[in-house]
Amino acid sequence: MIAAVINQRFPPPQFTETGHQMPQMTAPPPRLGALDWLDMGVLLACLALATWLVLRRRQRRELMLLGLFSLLYFGFWRNGCVCAIGSIQNITQALFDSAYALPLTVLVFGVLPLVFALVVGRVFCAAVCPHGAFQDLMLLKPVQLPVWLEHGLRLLAYVYLGLAVVFAATGGGYIICRFDPFVQIFRLTGSLTMILTCVIFLLMSIFIGRPYCRFLCPYGVLLGLAGSVSRWRARITPDKCTLCRRCQNECPFNAINKATPRTLQIDPTPEDKRRLAMRCALLPLVVVAGLWLGGLSGDSLAKAHHTVALAERIHLEDAGVVTDTTDASNGFRAEGTPSEKLFAEAHALIARYVLAGRLCGVWVGLVVGFKLIVLAWRPRRQEFETDAVRCVACARCFEHCPQEHKRRQKKMEQIGVVE
Amino acid sequence: MKRRAFFNGLARMAALLGLGGLAGRLARRAQAGHTVWQIDPWKCTWCGKCATECVLELSAVKCVQFYDICGYCDLCTGYFEPQPNKLNTGAENQLCPTGAIIRKFIEDPYYEYSINEPLCVGCGKCVKGCTLFGNGSFFLQIRHDRCLNCNECSIAKACPVQAISRVPADKPYRFKTLEGKQ
Repeated sequence: MIAAVINQRFPPPQFTETGHQMPQMTAPPPRLGALDWLDMGVLLACLALATWLVLRRRQRRELMLLGLFSLLYFGFWRNGCVCAIGSIQNITQALFDSAYALPLTVLVFGVLPLVFALVVGRVFCAAVCPHGAFQDLMLLKPVQLPVWLEHGLRLLAYVYLGLAVVFAATGGGYIICRFDPFVQIFRLTGSLTMILTCVIFLLMSIFIGRPYCRFLCPYGVLLGLAGSVSRWRARITPDKCTLCRRCQNECPFNAINKATPRTLQIDPTPEDKRRLAMRCALLPLVVVAGLWLGGLSGDSLAKAHHTVALAERIHLEDAGVVTDTTDASNGFRAEGTPSEKLFAEAHALIARYVLAGRLCGVWVGLVVGFKLIVLAWRPRRQEFETDAVRCVACARCFEHCPQEHKRRQKKMEQIGVVE
Repeated sequence: MKRRAFFNGLARMAALLGLGGLAGRLARRAQAGHTVWQIDPWKCTWCGKCATECVLELSAVKCVQFYDICGYCDLCTGYFEPQPNKLNTGAENQLCPTGAIIRKFIEDPYYEYSINEPLCVGCGKCVKGCTLFGNGSFFLQIRHDRCLNCNECSIAKACPVQAISRVPADKPYRFKTLEGKQ
C-alpha cells in the first residue's frame, strides 16, 4: 500500500503494539440517478394535466391546485433545480462547448415545455413552473400597469435572454441561476443580497402580476414566441364574445387584446400607413445601433470570464501598478504557466465577447425594431382575445366571463346537478 | 385569416422540426447519468472561499481525512498552530477554528486525527498546514449528503484557481490516491 505519494514526508505507521486498524474515509453518495427519470415523468404529467385543465376543464381553482403541487415538488422538494429557465444556458453551452456533457434531464426540461407551447400555448407558465406558480399564488391585489410601461419593461426579458446566452456560450457563467430571485426561498438559504431581492420580488408579486415572468424571465420569451404560432391556446370563451370587457379589466398581466370598436373598423388611414412605413424604415437603424452598442460592451462583458479577469490582474501586477497579490494570481504563478500564454488566451476571449456582444446587440435591435412595428400595427379584432405571446393561461378570465358562466350553467343542467 | 393560420402552421412546423433537430443532436451527446460538483484536491489552494461562498449557510465543503496516507504524527501540522505551547488538545493550540478535528492516542508515538464533520466549516486551514508541512492527508471535498448540486456552483464561480468542476455521479469524489497525482 505504501507507494510513491507526492509530499508523503512521514511514512504511515505500522501499528505493531496495538494492531490498530485504520478507519475508512466516508463518502456519502449523491442523489440517486433514477430519481431524474421521476422528475422528467412528473414534468410530462404536469404539462399534460395543465393542458387538459386549460383547454377542457377551464377551472381556475384546479389550475391553482396543480400550481401548488408544482411549487411544492419542483420548488421546495427539488430546491428549484433542475429548472426549464436555467436549462437555456446548459443547452447553449452544450452547443458551443463540445467537451460539456449535457445531462438528459436538463435537455428534457428545456425542450418539453417549448413543444407544448408550440401546440397549446404557455401551459407551462400556467401551473408547472414553480416560479410562475409562486408569483401567481402571491397575487392578491392586482394592479394594472399602464400599457407603455408594460411594453417597455417586457423588453428587459429579451435583453436578459441575450446576455444569458452570451455568457453561457463564452464560458462566463450562468447568470440566470446566479440572479434567480426565488431559488433562495426554495432552499431556505442564500446570500443576503439575493434573499433581499427575493423578498422584494415576492412583495411586488402581491400587487404586480408575475413581475419576474413578465419582465425578466428569459424562458418566458421563448415560450411567448412559441405560443405566438401555437395550434390551440386558452380562449376566453368558446361561445360568442359579448364585448363586455370584463376579462380585460380582470387580467392582471395586460394579456388580453380588446376588440376593435365598431367606429374604428375602417380601412387604415394614410397617416396609419405612413406611420407603419416609418417604423419599418427605423428597423435597420435600430439594428445597426444595437450592433454598435453591443460591440462596445464586449470589453466589459468579457470581464465576467475568469481567464480575462485573471489576465487583467496579472498584467497590473507585472506592470507594477499594484503591489499586492490575490489568491487567483498566486495560484496562477504557482502553476508556472507563462503570462504571455494567459494574455493570448484572454485576447482571444475578448474577441469572442466582442462578437457575441455584437450579435446580442443585433438581437436586441431586432426585438426593439419589431416591437415598434407591432405597436403601429392595429389588426381588427371581432372580439376580446388572449394575446398569443403574453397570455400565461392562468384561467382568471374564464372566471369573469358572463358567457362562460352561462356555459357552465348549461353544462350543470345537462348533467342534472341544477334543476 | 386563413392566410395567417397557414403561415402560423408553417412557422409551427419549422419550429417543431428545429427543436426536434436540436434535441436529437444534443441527445446523442447527452448522458443519462447526471454529474455532480467536486473539488480537485491537487488544484486546491485552501484559500478559504469554500467556507463562505456556498449557498448553504454551513458549506457543503468539508475537510476529509485520508487515513491511508496520514503519518499519525504527534506534532500534526494540520492540527496544531505553527508554534503550539504544548502538544495537547487545548483550544489555544489548535489550528481549527471550530475544534472539528479529533485527536486520539493510538500507540507511542502515533495519534489518529479524524474530522467531526458537523463542526467542520470547510475553511481549509488544516488542509494548508497538512499539505505544506505534512503528508497532505487532509483535503477539501464537496460532501454529497449536503450539496444541493446547483446548476452553477457559486463556490466554483468564486474559486481563484478553478479547482471545482463537474464529475460523473457514479464517481462523485476526487480522493487523492496512493499513486499520487492522476
